[in-house]
Amino acid sequence: MSWRDDWRRVRAVALKDLTAERRSKSGLNAVTFLGVLVLMLFGFALGPDTESLREAATGAIWLAILFSGVLAFNRSYQLELDGGALEPLLLYPGSRWSIFAGKLLANLAFVGLVELIVIPVALVLFHVSIPDAWAAQLGVTLLGTIGFVTLGTFYAAMSSRSRSREVLLPLLLFPMMIPVLLGAVEASTSLLEGNVMRDAGAWIRMLLVYDVVFLAAALAVFEFVIEV
Amino acid sequence: MESVVNRAATAAPMASREVRWTTVGVAGLVLLVAAQVYGVLTSPPDRDMGHLQKIMYVHVPAAWNAMLAFLLVALASLRYLWKGRLADDLLAASAAEVGMLLTGLTLALGMIWGKPTWGIWWTWEPRLTSTAVLFFMFVAYLILRTFVDDAERRAQWSAVVGLLGALNVPIVYMSVRWWRTLHQMQSSPMTLDSSYTWPLRANAVALMLLMAYAVAHRYRSALMTQTADELMDRLALKGTPGGSRA
Amino acid sequence: MPATAIPLNPDPGTLALLADGVTRRYGRRWALRGANLAVRPGEVVGLEGHNGSGKSTLLRVFSTLIRATSGRASVLGHDVRERPDWVRGQVALMTYHPGLYDDLTARENLQFAASMLGRDASGIDAALDRVGLLRDGDERVRTFSSGMQRRLSLARLLMQRPRVLLLDEPYNSLDRQGVALVNEVVAEVVRGSEGGAALIVLHDRQSAGSLLDRVEVMFQGRVEGQAEPELPSASEMLAELAS
Repeated sequence: MSWRDDWRRVRAVALKDLTAERRSKSGLNAVTFLGVLVLMLFGFALGPDTESLREAATGAIWLAILFSGVLAFNRSYQLELDGGALEPLLLYPGSRWSIFAGKLLANLAFVGLVELIVIPVALVLFHVSIPDAWAAQLGVTLLGTIGFVTLGTFYAAMSSRSRSREVLLPLLLFPMMIPVLLGAVEASTSLLEGNVMRDAGAWIRMLLVYDVVFLAAALAVFEFVIEV
Repeated sequence: MESVVNRAATAAPMASREVRWTTVGVAGLVLLVAAQVYGVLTSPPDRDMGHLQKIMYVHVPAAWNAMLAFLLVALASLRYLWKGRLADDLLAASAAEVGMLLTGLTLALGMIWGKPTWGIWWTWEPRLTSTAVLFFMFVAYLILRTFVDDAERRAQWSAVVGLLGALNVPIVYMSVRWWRTLHQMQSSPMTLDSSYTWPLRANAVALMLLMAYAVAHRYRSALMTQTADELMDRLALKGTPGGSRA
Repeated sequence: MPATAIPLNPDPGTLALLADGVTRRYGRRWALRGANLAVRPGEVVGLEGHNGSGKSTLLRVFSTLIRATSGRASVLGHDVRERPDWVRGQVALMTYHPGLYDDLTARENLQFAASMLGRDASGIDAALDRVGLLRDGDERVRTFSSGMQRRLSLARLLMQRPRVLLLDEPYNSLDRQGVALVNEVVAEVVRGSEGGAALIVLHDRQSAGSLLDRVEVMFQGRVEGQAEPELPSASEMLAELAS
């Protein structure tokens, strides 16, 4: 199997997942709506004081992404389990990691679309103006999202096929997310304040290391998770 | 049935191993008590905290040993994925159980110490916070195990979860530490006078012995359960009509 | 009753399928308790037995989908545990579930299969035509009847170009033409490829017609014996075994 075969499989899985998601639509709408709802709840919990809202904005955004995005990952495998499609999927000869990579790409697109709505809404609700360093902010968001979606897609391969999957996934995923949460929130906050402490770079490097480590690890051990 | 005979033959060395591990456990317990006595008698009461400070003698070594437990989970998981022996999975699970206990103990002692010292039950001190994350990872690992029925699937999944968790430990530790230093909260008064180091070391060794005893005990009982299962399986396979013909 | 058709020292190299003392347990329950089975190249073998006698599990062990708890299984001379990827390239498993994506059209389902298999997409129309779904190719699978879904999974199986077929009740919910179609495909694969063979789980051996070379009967996780297609029905044999 050459890398060309693998890439063809990755692309096929990603396109298939996205097409199915586009046709059913309900998933994306519901998850996005939940994300916005979480933001609203944070607004109520933190009170209407502009200053405290602004300070909590990045944290609220990331928690809204985590709580809504976590619902996307089990769906990704539910698609395979519904019609018994997982069995033929596993019986195609060739690499298993390409299945994971395809689902990862589809979930990245899914969570990215959710963020496309949730983040602007958060800027409005929490009185945050678009920062000067918006490109760096986008980079931080992307790095955080990659870490989140990588492990989310990975653990959902287990949780979706076990008992009490709704509880199991966040239980496995959220403790692992603490570095991502810290890195993304701290880097974003620092950038919003003009990076006076010059610490955003360190957090971005940490996120980068995190993404590389867990992407490599997940690709390497996915076979063990899916085969039995 | 020859396997039953074989198992019976291995029972004697098993019993002597039992005695050896019990010795380790007793030694750990004795050392633990001795270390407290030594600590109370020799090291002076802390300037600010008095004898409360002695909590540290158990709190800190428990955290160290919890890290060791996580390392054991990771190594056993790795070996399971490599060799595929179910016994390694049971070892990882035993280490995780004891690890959860040790992290739990660390957190509880941290709280008991924090209340009179700082007037708060919980502080976001980096080491304490990292230990809390570790605690949640142990718990998630053990909960995953109860949610999966098939032994092979459980072993494979928990090995992977244990391994990824271990990868995360240094990253969590670093990120939590940066997070606290950047916010410049009170640093923890962990700089120790040399008179405190000996009781600390003695406690670390004592807890390590106790941990080894507990892991070995849990591991052996898990192995026995598995052996009993296997024997019952054999009976189930033999006890069906037409079985002898196969 | 004749013993299971395994030569004393079976050479796996000469057999299309070989199960040697295969066991499999799910939690506390044993689905297979030492199943032995040999299928020679060119053979079409039926597999009968009560619900829960282990037929589907045995098929899944051969397909690499399920690992045997103990024992050995091989396909065309290769151990399923040692060379799973190679085996996956040789066998096609058709299960109770059609295994399709409801929100994709028939054509998209086959396109996905073609991409995963590394096959040219040009064969899709031919496969759809073969199973009589060419006109419905752009409809979503969700709107298909169960018979149509089964036909579509047959089309996917054709695209796999397998050498060994593992079919789990393939005639379910198919009309007369559908049944004939399955038999045509089986005959084509078995006669048309080197070492081709088929193992078919069935309850109604009328459907398979003259295709079957023999029928094996499973009981409580073992292959307990074979019957010539003309000989007493499985239910009679099972009644005897159970007594």
